[in-house]
Formats: sequence, C-alpha cells, structure tokens
Amino acid sequence: MDSKFIKTIKWLGLGFLEPLINLFQGKETDKNVRLVLRQIIAPVLSVFIFLGVCNFGASYLYNIEKERKIEKTRADQGGAAAEEMERCIDSGEASCKPNSLPSPGDVKEGAKALWADHKKISESKKAFKNKTAKINAQRKASGLEPIKYTGRPSFVDQIKTSLKTVFAGFLLAAFLAIPAGIVLGLSETLRSSLNWIIQILKPVSPVVWLLLVSMVIKTVLANSDSDKSFIISFISVGFCSMWATLVNTTMGVSSVDKDFLNVSKVLRLGVFSNVFKVILPASIPMIFTGLRITLSVSWMVLIAIELLAQSPGLGSFVWEEFQNGASNSNAKIIVAMFVIGFIGFMLDRIMMIIQKLVSFDNN
Amino acid sequence: MAAFLELNNVSKAFGEGANRVEVLKNINLKIEESEFVAIVGFTGSGKTTLISLIAGLIEPDEGEILLNGKPIKGPGPDRGVVFQNYSLLPWLSVQGNVELAVKKVFPQLNKEEREEHIRKYISMVNLSSALQKRPKVLSGGMRQRVSVARALAMDPQILLLDEPLSALDALTRGSLQVEIERIWSDSKKTVMLITNDVDEGILLADRVIPLTPGPRATLEQVFNIGFSRPRDKALINADPNFKKERNAILSYLHKVGKQRSDQETLNIQLPDLKPQLVNRKLPF
Ligand SMILES: Nc1ncnc2c1ncn2[C@@H]1O[C@H](COP(=O)(O)OP(=O)(O)OP(=O)(O)O)[C@@H](O)[C@H]1O
Ligand SMILES: [Mg+2]
Repeated sequence: MDSKFIKTIKWLGLGFLEPLINLFQGKETDKNVRLVLRQIIAPVLSVFIFLGVCNFGASYLYNIEKERKIEKTRADQGGAAAEEMERCIDSGEASCKPNSLPSPGDVKEGAKALWADHKKISESKKAFKNKTAKINAQRKASGLEPIKYTGRPSFVDQIKTSLKTVFAGFLLAAFLAIPAGIVLGLSETLRSSLNWIIQILKPVSPVVWLLLVSMVIKTVLANSDSDKSFIISFISVGFCSMWATLVNTTMGVSSVDKDFLNVSKVLRLGVFSNVFKVILPASIPMIFTGLRITLSVSWMVLIAIELLAQSPGLGSFVWEEFQNGASNSNAKIIVAMFVIGFIGFMLDRIMMIIQKLVSFDNN
Repeated sequence: MAAFLELNNVSKAFGEGANRVEVLKNINLKIEESEFVAIVGFTGSGKTTLISLIAGLIEPDEGEILLNGKPIKGPGPDRGVVFQNYSLLPWLSVQGNVELAVKKVFPQLNKEEREEHIRKYISMVNLSSALQKRPKVLSGGMRQRVSVARALAMDPQILLLDEPLSALDALTRGSLQVEIERIWSDSKKTVMLITNDVDEGILLADRVIPLTPGPRATLEQVFNIGFSRPRDKALINADPNFKKERNAILSYLHKVGKQRSDQETLNIQLPDLKPQLVNRKLPF
C-alpha cells in the first residue's frame, strides 16, 4: 500500500516528498536524512533567502526613492515642507509613501487587500442577486434578458476570466493545429509547399496577432453584440500559441516509426484506420509535448494580449493597477505576478499528467 | 505449371552513387504451395530485404516476384509477416495487436467470434495469461510470440517468418518449433522461414537454401531435407543423415563465407554503444 502511495505521489510530480515519508517510517535513516536535506530543506531555505534578498533590495530602493522625494520637496517647497514630508513618510502614511519596489511584507498586505476586496465584491454580488432574483424571474418569464451585475470585477473574477480566455484560446489552437498538423504530416507535398508560411508566421509577436485579429473581428462582428474583446483576445491567443502544436504534430505524424507503418501496410489498413489506429497513437507523445508548450505559451501571451486588448483579466488588472498608482498598487502587481506564475506552473503540471495518461511510452 | 511463389532474377540495391550497395543480386526461387522453405544466411546478407520484397514492402530494382502467377502489387494480408523486430504496436495490448489484424482480415466475424479467434491463436503461442498486457512489459520472446500469433491469426496463404525464434531460449524455441511444424502441417500453408540456425532449418524445412553473404547475395544451392514428418527433434538429432546434411550446409556456408572475406578488405566491426542517462530524469 505504501509503495502504491509513493507511486501516486511521484506520478503527481510530488516525488520530492518520498524521502520524508520514508524517514517517518524509519527506513534507511542516513540516506533519507540526506535526501530530505537536499530535496526539502534546501528548497525551503532558498525561499527564505529569496525573501531576504527581495526585502533588502526593496528597502534599498525605498530609501533612494525616499531621499529623492524629500530632496524634491526641499527644492520645490523649502526645508519645512521637506521635514514635514520626512515625518509623513516615516509615519507610514499611505498618501506620502514613496513609489518603489514593494517589500515582501507589502506584497503580503497587497494579497490580503485583494482577498478582502474579493470578499466584499462577492458579498455585494450576492446581495445584488438576491435583490434581482424576483425581477429576473419575471423578466425571464416574459422573454427578457436578466439584469446582470455590472460592478467592478474582483481579483479572483479576473483570474477566472483569464482562465476562460486561455482555455478558449488553447482549444482553438488545438482544434486548428492538430488536424492541420496531421494533414501536413501525411503529405510531403503540402508540407514542403506550406513550410514557408509556417516558418514566417511562427515567430510573429502576440501584439501583431492581436492587431491582425482585431482588424478582422471588428469588421466581421461589427453588428453583433457579442463580447468582442473576449473574442479578439482568445483568437489572438490561439494564433500565437498554435505553432508549437502544429509543428510537433506534423513532426510526429511524418516521423512515425517505419515498423508501425509496415504493420499497417501489410494489413493494408484503409486511410481511416491507418490514421486513427496507427499514425495518431504513435504521434500522441509528440502531439502532447506540443500541446504542453502551446498551453504555456497561451498563458504567457494572454497577459500581454489582455493588457493591450483592454479585455478583462489578469493582464488588464496589472495594467490598471500600474496606472492607478495607489499606495499598494505595486504590491498588487507583484501579487498578480506570482499568481500568474503559479497558475502557469499548475497548467503545465496538469498537461504533464494528462500527457502521462495518454502516452504509451511513459506510463 | 507456375510455382506458387516465384522470384525471377530479383535484384535490389540501396543508396545512390558511391553509397550504392547491391544487397541482393539475381535471386531465383520457386516455392510450391504448402512447401516449407528455410533461408539461412549470415547477418547483414539481405535476408530481411528478401522478406520485405516478397511482403511487398519494397520493390525490386530488377526482376519480378509472382504469387500464384501474378506479379505482386504492394503488401497485403495474404502474406503474413513476422517481422524480425516484432513490430508490435506499443499502445495496444496483446489482444489489441492481434485484433487489429483479425478485424481487417475477417470483417465478417462478430465480436464474440472474433474474440474467440484471437484467443485461439494467442493460446497457441502460450500467451493467454498476457492477453491484456502491453508489449512493453513483455519479454523479447513473448513479443516475438505475439507477432507469430498475429501473423497466424490472419490465416495468410504464405507465412513469411523473419528469424521468428531467434530471441527465445532453447526450451521455448524447441516447443515453438514443434508448434510451427504442427501449424504448418495442419493448415498446409506455405512457409518461408528465415533463420540463422542451420539446425532449425533442417528440423523444419523441406528445403534449406543458404543465402550467400552480401553484398550481391544470391541463392545458389538448394539442400533438400528428406526426413519424414512429423519430425521429432531428438530422433533427428540422432540420425546420421542429420549430421551429414548439417555438415554439408555448414561447410557450404563456410566456403562461400571464406570466398567473400577473401575478396573483402578488412572490415572492422564497431561496438554498438549508445550514451545513456542512468537514473536521471530531466528536471522539468
Ligand atoms: N532501407 C535500407 N536502406 C539502405 N540500406 C539498407 C536498407 N535496408 C537494408 N539495407 C542494407 O542491406 C543489407 C542487408 O540488410 P538486411 O536487413 O536485409 O540483412 P539481414 O540478412 O536481415 O541481417 P540480420 O541477420 O542482421 O537481420 C545491410 O547491409 C543493410 O545495411
Ligand atoms: Mg534481418
């Protein structure tokens, strides 16, 4: 049972916990102590060192910024105002806080503020829902659109929106790239005739894709009342990120082991069976490697695209905070950075697990 | 009357220009229906190339290959092949691998009939206990047996066996040799067996035909094996004729091998080494 447990843990990518479990069971103490030191204690230590360095850097920058602010006040308004400013800064008053890199403590406060804000907004959403429940039921009965909550989205709402966009973009990429990759992989003629366009489009920046997509969407959906900014951003995400899957699928399909193809030939399988029973299963590992890259790229470009497209989500959250310039804006941006990083990491892990599930060669 | 399988002046070369290697040259071979023919030869002489030609996976540069008097056009399930490297599909179970073939060749069977058919052939190679296992977890010999079962389950007109027993231990090998002879005599299928084991050829085949060493390998001499059937390995081993046949074939192989190596310049065999990462995983 224990070995099964450890296997599951490893399978989830948590293999670093294995020595700790072994240690608790008193197995091979010496070896496991060393492993625990290396695999658990050392990483935890590195977190503290990281926080320390951040703290040091932040306070260093803070002091420079503080001096500058005081000097500037002295130059503009004279000595008394400068002393007043210094006192104000030291008292921690939010209004005269120097605008610099936030310290880990500030970031923690920022995270708390975001959470409190989220709670408040969900409260008011709930209240709104209760209030409008009756009216909305009536409106629905008479075939009208229900009244929607139009207040400011919370940080958590932004995360949800971003995830929605990234999944839409990822699905679009998969739906375009996998079939196209299969067709290209099967036909050498198509492959060599379309190679140039792939090679040219692959390195195009997300920004350009966004502009291109919005040019098209603006015209196509001119008279529709659908959520244009969402459509534009997910399509751009899809176009930016599909290339890894396209190239990998093409590679996978065109380089299927000759032995497998010989089996298919000897059995004289039809095109359909050949593709679905031999070629596709053989290329699944490659396709999934491509999909995994696609998902990471989607998540990465999404932030930039949301920022530019003004579509709701983490990207626009970061941009709004940056422009907002409130005393804890910088801290919130750093919180968003870690949330973005963590979600990206989780997405990659999920893809890795799916890849293990469906691949024949590594389970 | 034309033979069942006929190869007329078949030649095959690989590569272009300076890298061109003439692997097979002027192969002539006639195999009658229900005959059991063994081809023995040195490694790298072109045995697999010969099988691939007959299977239709590659085309001859010169000459023609006739099956039932008609030139073969590409591969087909009428010729069951047991590939030297098993060629099992790793994402399918043992049953799935055989099923792929059975489904294609016997589309008229319903699910139960098909499963029974599959089980029959899998139990014939003693793999009933591994029915649901993936090839990856099987030993080399077990994989080879799956490959044999797949070819047999197709009920082909001719079985092309490319060193089907070479990965097996002597005991399993012996019992599968018995199986192969039994299957052959029950079904009266034509069998072409590639082997590097002269004893195996003598034990099983009506004719043993050595392939001369490559390049430009060809079939020159035929050894007819007259032992009565069914053959018993122990009895045959004790038979003085067996020793005679065996020595005749071996000294022939030795002679053509020596001729060849006299012609060849020194050939240094490099060890087949690959760098390996032992117990190391990529960190990401
Ligand atoms: N597709 C190919 N392209 C180029 N050369 C090839 C190809 N297939 C085989 N050869 C060459 O043809 C020669 C014969 O190969 P083949 O695989 O037929 O030998 P074999 O008799 O089956 O050897 P073994 O007993 O080791 O299986 C070898 O020198 C090999 O390098
Ligand atoms: Mg071979």
